[in-house]
Amino acid sequence: MSTHGVGASVLRKEDDRYLRGRGEFVGDIQLAGTRHVAFLRSPVAHGYLRNASIPNECRQQVFVADDLAAVAPIRAHSTLPGFKSSDQPVLASGKVRHVGELIAMCVADTRAEAEDIVDAIGVEIEELPVLSDMLAAREAGAPLVHEEWGDNVFLTTDFEQDLDPIIARAAASVTRTIRTARQSMSPLEGRGVLARWDSRLEQLVVYTSTQQPHIVRTGLSECLGIEHARIRVVAPDVGGGFGYKGILLPEEICLAWAAIKLGHPLKWLEDRRENLIASSNCREHHYTITVYGDANGKLLAIDAEATVDAGAYSSYPFSACLEAAQVVSILPGVYDLEGYRCRTYAVATNKPPILPYRGVARCGVCTALELMVDALARELAIEPTEVRFQSLIGPEQMPFNNITSKHFDSGDYPESLRQVIDTIDLDSIRSRQQRGEADGRRIGIGFAMYTEQGAHGTTVYANWGIPMVPGHEQCTARLTPDGGLELRIGAHSHGQGLETTLAQVAHEVLGIPLEQTRLIHGDTAITPYSTGTWGSRSMVMSGGAVACACDELARRVLRIGANLLQCPVEAVRLKDGAVQGAAGSIQLAEISRTWYLKPQELDTEADPAGLEVTAGYKPEQDSGTFSYATHAAVIAVDPLTGEIELLDYVIAEDGGVLVNPMIVDGQILGGLAQGIGTALFEEMVYSTDGQPQASTLSEYLLPGPTEVPDAQIIHLETPSPYTRFGVKGIGEGGCIAPPAAITNAINDALRAIGVELSVLPVTPRRIVEAVAAASDSSLGKVTT
Amino acid sequence: MKPVDFDYEQAKSVDEAITLLTQSADALILAGGQTLGPMLNLRLVQPELLVDITRIDELVRVEASTTHVTIGACVSHAAVEDRRIADLGHDFLARVAGGIGYRAVRNRGTLGGSVANADPAADWVSCFAALDAEILVSGQSGQRIVKIDDFLVGAMETTIGTGELINGIRMPRLGASVRCGYAKISRKPGEFADAIAAIVHDPDRGCCRVVVGATDGLPLLLDNDALGLGPAVALPAVLDPGPVRDHLAWHMPVPDLYRLNVQCAVLQRALADAHAFPS
Repeated sequence: MSTHGVGASVLRKEDDRYLRGRGEFVGDIQLAGTRHVAFLRSPVAHGYLRNASIPNECRQQVFVADDLAAVAPIRAHSTLPGFKSSDQPVLASGKVRHVGELIAMCVADTRAEAEDIVDAIGVEIEELPVLSDMLAAREAGAPLVHEEWGDNVFLTTDFEQDLDPIIARAAASVTRTIRTARQSMSPLEGRGVLARWDSRLEQLVVYTSTQQPHIVRTGLSECLGIEHARIRVVAPDVGGGFGYKGILLPEEICLAWAAIKLGHPLKWLEDRRENLIASSNCREHHYTITVYGDANGKLLAIDAEATVDAGAYSSYPFSACLEAAQVVSILPGVYDLEGYRCRTYAVATNKPPILPYRGVARCGVCTALELMVDALARELAIEPTEVRFQSLIGPEQMPFNNITSKHFDSGDYPESLRQVIDTIDLDSIRSRQQRGEADGRRIGIGFAMYTEQGAHGTTVYANWGIPMVPGHEQCTARLTPDGGLELRIGAHSHGQGLETTLAQVAHEVLGIPLEQTRLIHGDTAITPYSTGTWGSRSMVMSGGAVACACDELARRVLRIGANLLQCPVEAVRLKDGAVQGAAGSIQLAEISRTWYLKPQELDTEADPAGLEVTAGYKPEQDSGTFSYATHAAVIAVDPLTGEIELLDYVIAEDGGVLVNPMIVDGQILGGLAQGIGTALFEEMVYSTDGQPQASTLSEYLLPGPTEVPDAQIIHLETPSPYTRFGVKGIGEGGCIAPPAAITNAINDALRAIGVELSVLPVTPRRIVEAVAAASDSSLGKVTT
Repeated sequence: MKPVDFDYEQAKSVDEAITLLTQSADALILAGGQTLGPMLNLRLVQPELLVDITRIDELVRVEASTTHVTIGACVSHAAVEDRRIADLGHDFLARVAGGIGYRAVRNRGTLGGSVANADPAADWVSCFAALDAEILVSGQSGQRIVKIDDFLVGAMETTIGTGELINGIRMPRLGASVRCGYAKISRKPGEFADAIAAIVHDPDRGCCRVVVGATDGLPLLLDNDALGLGPAVALPAVLDPGPVRDHLAWHMPVPDLYRLNVQCAVLQRALADAHAFPS
């Protein structure tokens, strides 16, 4: 392994500026003459907009739907059969469909004054019955979010199989209802937009906190009706994305429109309240699920119905089918099943649209299935790990096409389980449980496993037919006259460390020191088109593109070097940042300088293509990489108070070849923190009239340093057979399994008193109430 | 969100602050700003005037006599946590202060602000109730001294009037054999508590006050006789859970199993704390 190339845990180049507070985020950018925007948002969840009274003195500073009549609504269609499209108006017109929906844009010299205008506007809304629960919204006769649909279902998807012959052979079955909460993604930096009209270039420039600058540009082009060439989108430093910054915002369109109309820059920075009540909703699944097993604990079949609360609109570009349609295809998890039946519903309600969040669909699916694995084990009175060993896809079966035709590329799933069992010492936990705890708490251990399809390719997304389908990922690599290397990519790095890891990839190919390589990203004017950063794809796709571009640069450098060394190209090689031949060697910097500044020293037959290359990359098979992991949690729970302490946490993951294992550890630990949030804390509660019950972080609890244990991480390495260097996408995995592992541990701890929880987050209150229900205790009795 | 437009005055004396407060119908006092700041930003309060009292020397004083310690209203939680003020006994105040919010909150948040806000889940509210503290209130007609039980009226409600401000908190010096216990249960460190218990058992002064806080209203002072507690009897290591539970349930306006369970648990933890901390 090289000390700076693929596999080296070098420190992150970008951290110097981040840690010194020298990053530049949208909020840091100051443009002369900037005015500020505040939005009037709907105070009710469902109703007809009747009248907005705008005081005359500020009429010129307020814009409503009629003013933006020429702007097209956001429309994220899917070609999946039966998908119903929603038109999401940029500013509400006719009807409001969730609390927080934009009604008016107010412009003033400061944000505070803009908010004064918001407060001065009177708005009349004729309230309609509210759909706050997805199951109620599915029922016939429910009020309609989109009247023209006739029901509230964006999409129904099915996987049909006759399970009767399998059920006849099953020794056991368990049925449960499982529910995950609606959550709110909480990047440190919220969304933010600064838009200006560049009158010299006749170009709209939009600085926005996004993971997908090119997709935002395409979305702006479509909604505003102006050509791509007149739009430049810049994503500067971005303080965390997690999927929330992978959507086109109505606010982006509003500010872009107003910047053109008004001719001066406009800024809007989302505050935490807007983030919580109006924008960053995600997750929220409901499962009714039955699993069948044989007497040995082998999982035979799954029969499931899943409902996803997709909220009021289909968000661009991932659409409202993102979660529910994926549930069907990935619910079988890491297991080799004989039978599978699943129907999913993506349901419209009067809540904000659900957006992609790290571990899209996977987190809910893993929670549902892995809770069922443990429930089956309890039913059969065997170790939950035994059900897994009986049911896992074996390494000898790889590559493996599972029951839903997912192509699992490689891996040894049982080995990751074995390593976690050994490291966490299952036997000692069982002995400790036998002994009991002096303080009256109960100890439990829980496991969860998943695969994480990453770097989904053209064939995968073409099937969904949403507004974007990824193709070849490109990189432009350029040697500068002083021998430095510029890498331009269309994906975006906002915590992933790509400024470091892509330099490592380039170093692997060209031998250029990391400090001489600069990653340029986040600007549509100077980077190749890309669908951006999402779906655990950047290392596979952008990494592959960087390698391909550097391969071609190497070929060109070798030709120039051979030319300068006066020998055939076959007689030279690239090593340690220099072209080496029998008669001597030439540093890349010298080759660069010669090409750019002293071309007279080159023969006339020198390659005219120069030292700038744009290359595209796609894995040999584009159905995605499948990293995977086993997580295990040991917890202590106090049955009286419902308090949970995480005592130990072990992860054995296989992300193929890791470009920078230290960064992968960071990704896993960050994901674990979010997974703990899903398991124990985060819940965006809505009242029956559709009002969000958390508008600050004192009501929406996030895990912090005191809630995240010091996890042990074990790396397995099964290289992907299809990708450059054998890498696999790992960006989301950390957050997928913790809810299932932790909930299984809690259920393991409380098994002896007949308690099983299946609603996330598992809060102290839910535990206390479940304990009371199980012991048939009532208020006034001592429960423990 | 950003606050509405307001005026700001920095008072140099208590009298000036009172004058400023009486001049505006919508004046609010700014001390540490740990509650007021977010409320301003969320526009939950829309004052015409903020009167900043943090630069008034009198309000950051600490007076220690042989019988009492008086702490100025603008003394920060951090000053107490760092033991920059006289100990009442059993290191009680410093131990409570160290668990308030996060250090950043403790650096700016003040004792007076916490009592004035009267959030039932605030640590000082329960702590002062257990200490039987007195609140010194300054107004146009001078200073009045109000016992904490009379000062607190309900959740976020006190008897403080228009044009008045909290000058300081006066607490008794505790006896040599005092035992103080404090515990809270919250979803995570730094968050507001779901349950609080504060205990001051001081035989030398003939005082035993056991308080359960973070209720929906006032801190609940437990009935010593009903639970076999009192200054004349040694503080027990644990309480018999049955009678405690009945007692707490009886005082709970709306039955809530979780609340009741954590109140029962937190009481036992406060007792354990009282015994665990060396006298």
